[in-house]
Amino acid sequence: MAKEKISGSEALIRSLLAENVKTIYGYPGGAIMPVFDCLYDYKDRIRHILVRHEQGATHAAQGHARVSGEVGVVLVTSGPAATNIITGVTDAMIDSTPLVVITGQVSSSLLGTDAFQETDVVGITQPVTKWSYQIRHADDIAGAVARAFYIARTGRPGPVVLDLAKDAQQGMTEFEYKECNYIRSYIPYPEINDEEIKKAAELINAAQKPFLLLGQGVVLSHAEQELMEMVEKADIPVGCTLLGLSAMPTDHPLNKGMLGMHGNVGPNIKTNECDVLIAVGMRFDDRVTGDLNTYARQAKVIHFDIDASEFDKNVKTEVSVLGDAKATLSSLIPLLEKKKHTAWIESFAVCEEKEYDKVISKELFPADGPIQMGEVVRKVSEATANKAILVTDVGQNQMFGARYFKFTQTRSIVTSGGLGTMGFGLPAAIGAKIGAPERTVCLFVGDGGLQMTIEELGVIMQYGVDVKIILLNNNFLGMVRQWQQLFFHERYSETPMLNPDFVALAASYGIKGRDVERREQLDDAIAEMLSHKGAYLLNVAVEEKGMVFPMTPAGSCVTNIMLNVNEKY
Amino acid sequence: MDKTLYTVTVYSENQVGLLNQISIIFTRRRLNIESLSVSASAIEGVHKFTITTWSDLDTMIKVVKQIEKKIDVLKAFYYTDDEIVYQEVALYKVATDKLLDDSSIEELVRRHNARILEVNRTYTVIEKSGHPEETQQLFEELSKYGVMQFVRSGRVAITKSTVEHVSIFLEEQEGRRNNGESR
Repeated sequence: MAKEKISGSEALIRSLLAENVKTIYGYPGGAIMPVFDCLYDYKDRIRHILVRHEQGATHAAQGHARVSGEVGVVLVTSGPAATNIITGVTDAMIDSTPLVVITGQVSSSLLGTDAFQETDVVGITQPVTKWSYQIRHADDIAGAVARAFYIARTGRPGPVVLDLAKDAQQGMTEFEYKECNYIRSYIPYPEINDEEIKKAAELINAAQKPFLLLGQGVVLSHAEQELMEMVEKADIPVGCTLLGLSAMPTDHPLNKGMLGMHGNVGPNIKTNECDVLIAVGMRFDDRVTGDLNTYARQAKVIHFDIDASEFDKNVKTEVSVLGDAKATLSSLIPLLEKKKHTAWIESFAVCEEKEYDKVISKELFPADGPIQMGEVVRKVSEATANKAILVTDVGQNQMFGARYFKFTQTRSIVTSGGLGTMGFGLPAAIGAKIGAPERTVCLFVGDGGLQMTIEELGVIMQYGVDVKIILLNNNFLGMVRQWQQLFFHERYSETPMLNPDFVALAASYGIKGRDVERREQLDDAIAEMLSHKGAYLLNVAVEEKGMVFPMTPAGSCVTNIMLNVNEKY
Repeated sequence: MDKTLYTVTVYSENQVGLLNQISIIFTRRRLNIESLSVSASAIEGVHKFTITTWSDLDTMIKVVKQIEKKIDVLKAFYYTDDEIVYQEVALYKVATDKLLDDSSIEELVRRHNARILEVNRTYTVIEKSGHPEETQQLFEELSKYGVMQFVRSGRVAITKSTVEHVSIFLEEQEGRRNNGESR
């Protein structure tokens, strides 16, 4: 029997359905109209979220992917739409987030002619994608989509761009979908080298002062349980990267907090005291390591990662274990001896007490004065019983969010780590809520970042997305202001901001909101926000010159920690 | 840091856009590509890139790993000159009358193991293969006749190793396919 012929557009939609896609974030336009026309017939099976700017589509898809573990899907047109997705794609690349982004393209016959809304999408996206491919024939669509999803979600996940020529959308094809599970030139899950596992186990067993760095790789490989089993058996304290934060409950006795520039004192100090440093699914980013010449030089380093190009990239390792963390840790655990490192673990307390005394207590329980950002974060976290998803924008709101929000379950932090994309927060929070509708999503955002993608309030209005937006408003680009105060002689070049009435603005989108100016209003306002059915904007006037501490200045040793403007650890 | 001339060989699928994917990795680290040759390899459907670049070892290792990470790349390697047998081809276009006026041309061609590919009244095309120093040497000796054009190909290289890593890789991958790997 002859196979049924369908259009390329329909082949695309059916391919997405075969990949179990339920939500697409997108925006129509000339070169993708055949697909949007076809989508009209599939409304009951695929939900399309109409963003207000294509950048928002990518960040929303990122938020969706990060909380759900699914591949985020974006559908936009050619030319300016394709260039508007670059920031989100780049962000997904550096933060290993699985995305499939489909861009329309002019018809094949027009390629290379500077046609209307033509741009070299493959050429532009190659440096910032895991894979980028142009489809010129309807017959290629099913195969390319299958390959795209396989590449995006396997191994170290990442963004894939499919550039779909208009004639391919309109052409007819015999549709047959075969899921891709093999590419000759691609090994997503390398075989585990037992020798390396053995060497790692020997080093860990012999360690007196082991310390483990937990990265997002643990989340991506669903290895949270294995990691917990490992550190509990071998009694290893843990420091988390920003993206690794929620992989282990905040209050677990072995979780010593966040690493890096604004991380906790203990994990940074102990990095340079441990004898064996075990990195799992993290990439030794400069915001974690500071100056590499003084970083953990005393320690033997064991690196677990699925990406061989991460080994010895920044930090030289004694043992590198290639593979999916769930698989490598599972093989490692039986070889580990049950240990107690009581004195070593207790030694973190000195750092913790000093940090609490000098930084945390002042941030969380100020006696008087303006509202501090940290206290807002902690109050919101506790009001959700520490069960919410934290989404942040970038800057002080992000660092305070990461430092003071508490986590009780995995996949609970969505933030732009590697790229540091201001404007990420609002669309990412929308995607996070759609990707995890049963959970409370709390976005912490600054007045600067909110205005970078504020148009996405329209999405919240149109689809009734229940996102709790906590605006930490200091009328400043706070993080840059902090650096200006510390390192640029208090010359506040272009950081003060004249802001609109955010609550009124939200109201114009039908979003309920409230201004909070005094500490006594805070608890009640938070309770109102959380009990309100639907989106809510809490505009909190916070300390204008608030500062995130502790702080290790960029490029300096991890133990060179400022506790406040005048005092070092 | 001390720099060495490395020869990078890359085996890939024959796909549009791969050269760009590979070259941007060099660009990002400001490594200049000294020579480049791309062609079908002995294995059907597999393309081979041979690239030379001055680099330190540490950077070279990282670059090769990042090349290999590209989805359509099968394998990538780096070599120093002592690990490979390599060759380039050079062509020289010289005015025929100048050559005819000189009696030492036969001796020159013999000594350099060069060949004459084309002779007409206006010009003569001479071909020589060898290492860059050797083709350069002939260029200098021909210069007294006036060289109208001189071109050198990119390097091609074969490893001295007795193990054929790419063939082994492809066999292993075939095994994976047959096991129906899925995740």
